[in-house]
Amino acid sequence: MTNTIADIEDSDMILITGSNTTENHPVLSSFAKRAVLKGKKLYLIDPRKVKISEHAEKWLRPFPGTDIAWINGMMHIIIKEGLENKEFIENRTENFEALKETVEKYTPEYVGKITGINAQDLHEVARAFAKAPAATILYCMGITQHTCGTDNVKSLANLSMLCGQLGKPGGGVNPLRGQNNVQGACDMGGLPNVFTAYRPVNNDDARIGFEKAWNVEGMSAAPGLPVTEMVQKAYEGELKSLYVIGENPLVSDPDLNHARKALANLEFLVIQDIFETETTKIADVVFPAFCFAEKDGTFTNSERRVQRVRKAVQAPEEAKEDWEILCEIATRMGYRMSYSGSNEIFKEISALTPSYKGITWERIEKKGIHWPCPDETHAGTPILHTAQFTRGLGFFHAIDHTPPAELPDENYPYILTTGRILYHYHTGTMTMKTDGLNILSPECFVEISAADAKQLGLDSGSMVKVSSRRGKIEAKLKVSSKAVDGTIFIPFHFAKAAANELTNAKLDPTAKIPEFKVCAIKIEPVTA
Amino acid sequence: MESNNITINGNTLTFEPGQTILQVAQKNDIDIPTLCHLKNTIPTTTCKICVVEIAGRTELIEACATAAADGMIILTQSLKVTKERRKNISRLLASGNHNCAIRGFDSQDWTSFQLGVLKDDGKEDLCPVWGDCELQDLAYRYQVKTLGLPLNGCKYETERANPFIIRDFSRCILCGRCVKACREIQVNNAIEFSNKGADAKIITKNDAALKDSDCVFCGECVQVCPVGALISDKSYRDKRFKDTQKIRTTCSYCGVGCQMDIFVQDNKIVKIDGADVDLPPNNASLCVKGRFGYEFVASSERLTQPLIKKEGKQVPVSWKEALDYTAQKLSEIKKNTGPDSIGVLTSARVTNEDNYIANKFARAVLKTNNIDHCARL
Ligand code: SF4
Ligand code: SF4
Ligand code: SF4
Repeated sequence: MTNTIADIEDSDMILITGSNTTENHPVLSSFAKRAVLKGKKLYLIDPRKVKISEHAEKWLRPFPGTDIAWINGMMHIIIKEGLENKEFIENRTENFEALKETVEKYTPEYVGKITGINAQDLHEVARAFAKAPAATILYCMGITQHTCGTDNVKSLANLSMLCGQLGKPGGGVNPLRGQNNVQGACDMGGLPNVFTAYRPVNNDDARIGFEKAWNVEGMSAAPGLPVTEMVQKAYEGELKSLYVIGENPLVSDPDLNHARKALANLEFLVIQDIFETETTKIADVVFPAFCFAEKDGTFTNSERRVQRVRKAVQAPEEAKEDWEILCEIATRMGYRMSYSGSNEIFKEISALTPSYKGITWERIEKKGIHWPCPDETHAGTPILHTAQFTRGLGFFHAIDHTPPAELPDENYPYILTTGRILYHYHTGTMTMKTDGLNILSPECFVEISAADAKQLGLDSGSMVKVSSRRGKIEAKLKVSSKAVDGTIFIPFHFAKAAANELTNAKLDPTAKIPEFKVCAIKIEPVTA
Repeated sequence: MESNNITINGNTLTFEPGQTILQVAQKNDIDIPTLCHLKNTIPTTTCKICVVEIAGRTELIEACATAAADGMIILTQSLKVTKERRKNISRLLASGNHNCAIRGFDSQDWTSFQLGVLKDDGKEDLCPVWGDCELQDLAYRYQVKTLGLPLNGCKYETERANPFIIRDFSRCILCGRCVKACREIQVNNAIEFSNKGADAKIITKNDAALKDSDCVFCGECVQVCPVGALISDKSYRDKRFKDTQKIRTTCSYCGVGCQMDIFVQDNKIVKIDGADVDLPPNNASLCVKGRFGYEFVASSERLTQPLIKKEGKQVPVSWKEALDYTAQKLSEIKKNTGPDSIGVLTSARVTNEDNYIANKFARAVLKTNNIDHCARL
């Protein structure tokens, strides 16, 4: 997030898109809901009529996978009406002319045809966004999990820059991180192309710096494979071994059929985890690890705040910390790695990570600090880009709408979109061990609109078979006011009816994120 | 220049326009007790415990709902104030089934009072939150006895029809904190006051059970309830809430990173509360997963032993064997098919420290940049 969570409450206009905020980020959603109580305006633009819509001024419903079109449409209106922030564009950005040219053809009528959003509504949101003293954009996987995910994000940044809504309190472009430490995993170099603090592996200074600090030679300068390509290479037999730390790709990956074959193909699969999962079951080695309540360390939240994690209970006797297991193996492979505890690791992180340099465990004892924090006297950076962007001037990317990779047709007439629900989390390995959560949400469901259900001659509770070109699952139908005709939602938590049997592994070419949010399916009754 | 000064118990204090007397007092560490006030919400003034005396006024006023005004001279502990508070505490004690023995204690010391209650512990009808109840604390502090008053029987049946929250309105003092927590803090709008005089009650829409209402089980109402009317089912099911350690940490579910206090008894988590109301990012709020989704920690299904697949079957082995074997296999593969034939999947679930070591392990030990995590999934 460019801004803080608390900031949302002070925003004058909140635009939520591709986020089921109340279910996926419940406490954060309260900040938005309280802003509404104070008279601020909230708009939801989302294929599903998710619960936060009850607090919204208006809900606009685009067809899944048409985000660039409505964003361009909003920019078209803003420029036509002269509502853009000319001073901001002049002083802080470049390439505005190219953007202007591209959005020229995105007239409300044209956008309406692509997205299904009516012109009047689009005008209303565009004006509200441009005129608000401070407007924030909150988005989540509904924006990124598309073949055009990277372009969707860039388009939102365009919109925010166009109106000068970046770099100030109550504004910003704010991706809501799904998992607790996504931000930290990325910051720490858990990505194929960068070291900690996003320094590229193919940058000689960065790499040589790390070789010196780590006292090794010959580290690779070639960016590595993202997870989705690792799976593909395993399928093709080129990747021989996978070392997995606390993940369950056999429920969370797209096109599970394919993922299963790929992992089965590996010569050596190692997993550290706290529970048996669909993935540990096929591993060659399984190490029992600690869970968060047994660890000392830090997580970095969505707003870049580095916060302490503290040991509350003793771990099962035989388990070990994740980092400790890795150190033991490294040492056995001839590279000695040993730390007295995770605080010593954090000190090494601070020393080698410019954005974390000023952060120490002592400083975050009571309250976390937002990176970048360049030195120990620095208070941290709650709001990014206040004076300039990371690259200097903000760059407008002129982007055109591209349709999703797979659209409904005669054989597969519905659009499937996947996501999470309130009571469960990711692949459910943790939440499904809490009885109460299982009672409130016991099983997978297929969310459908009343009209679609009627057309199928089915009702809530009917068992249906859902299939795509890649796989099939069975689950109960659930008629819901959240659903819109033609679009089906299935949560992906449940291994027994894993939505990812159906999804499309087609990737965004830049971010390598699979298109979880759109694929074509059909629904048939299961006859007992 | 206009001055903004008030005097509380002889201390002259400055205030910011708009601040209530209670806010000024709290800011200056002057204790004014209250059972209905909830920070960051609109005062309801239902409990009348925070009453104070203002020089020149005969009526006592509520500190939570009265703005400080220049020149006010305030007494928070005068005889008149204490008498009024005692009267209001006994009114509240008599209003419901407050049978934790505070009604009848005559000892002057807390320990022997607690010992007295302990004798009754385990009895079905004893209020489960004794020792962790704001009304009980105040009754003790103000030495209020209500033995002479009739025990008010249970007008409503206890609701246990959901896995997390027990609602026992026989102990509700109608302070309204839960309603404010639900409507003004979490904005879930699941509960409200029913306006039926003596039968006033906190209800969901159509007075349905929580599980059939708009309630999303965030538990904010349980956290703020001053008495034993709303309690977390699991925390009180087995043991009384005592001898616990409290550890501050960060929630491990979503990216909001809520700060929470974990309460531990005998190496087991018994309760999780949101941390301080002034602490970002969550200001004491939590959601259902963060507050109640902790049973996995102590689950009997936790992995407890390293496993190696031998002849197609995973068998338990010693750490030494598993580590040696893994190191040997990885070295072999690295040598035979090159570093880039190995990949590492680190995790958005584990700590920064774990992730950093995974990143170092991949790049410096395996010598590959094939490292990623499942955040995009
Ligand atoms: S648990 Fe949360 S949603 Fe339910 S009544 Fe309490 S505050 Fe409201
Ligand atoms: S349930 Fe608790 S918080 Fe709610 S009104 Fe009754 S006593 Fe107050
Ligand atoms: S308590 Fe809920 S909202 Fe807060 S971090 Fe945990 S999962 Fe997220």
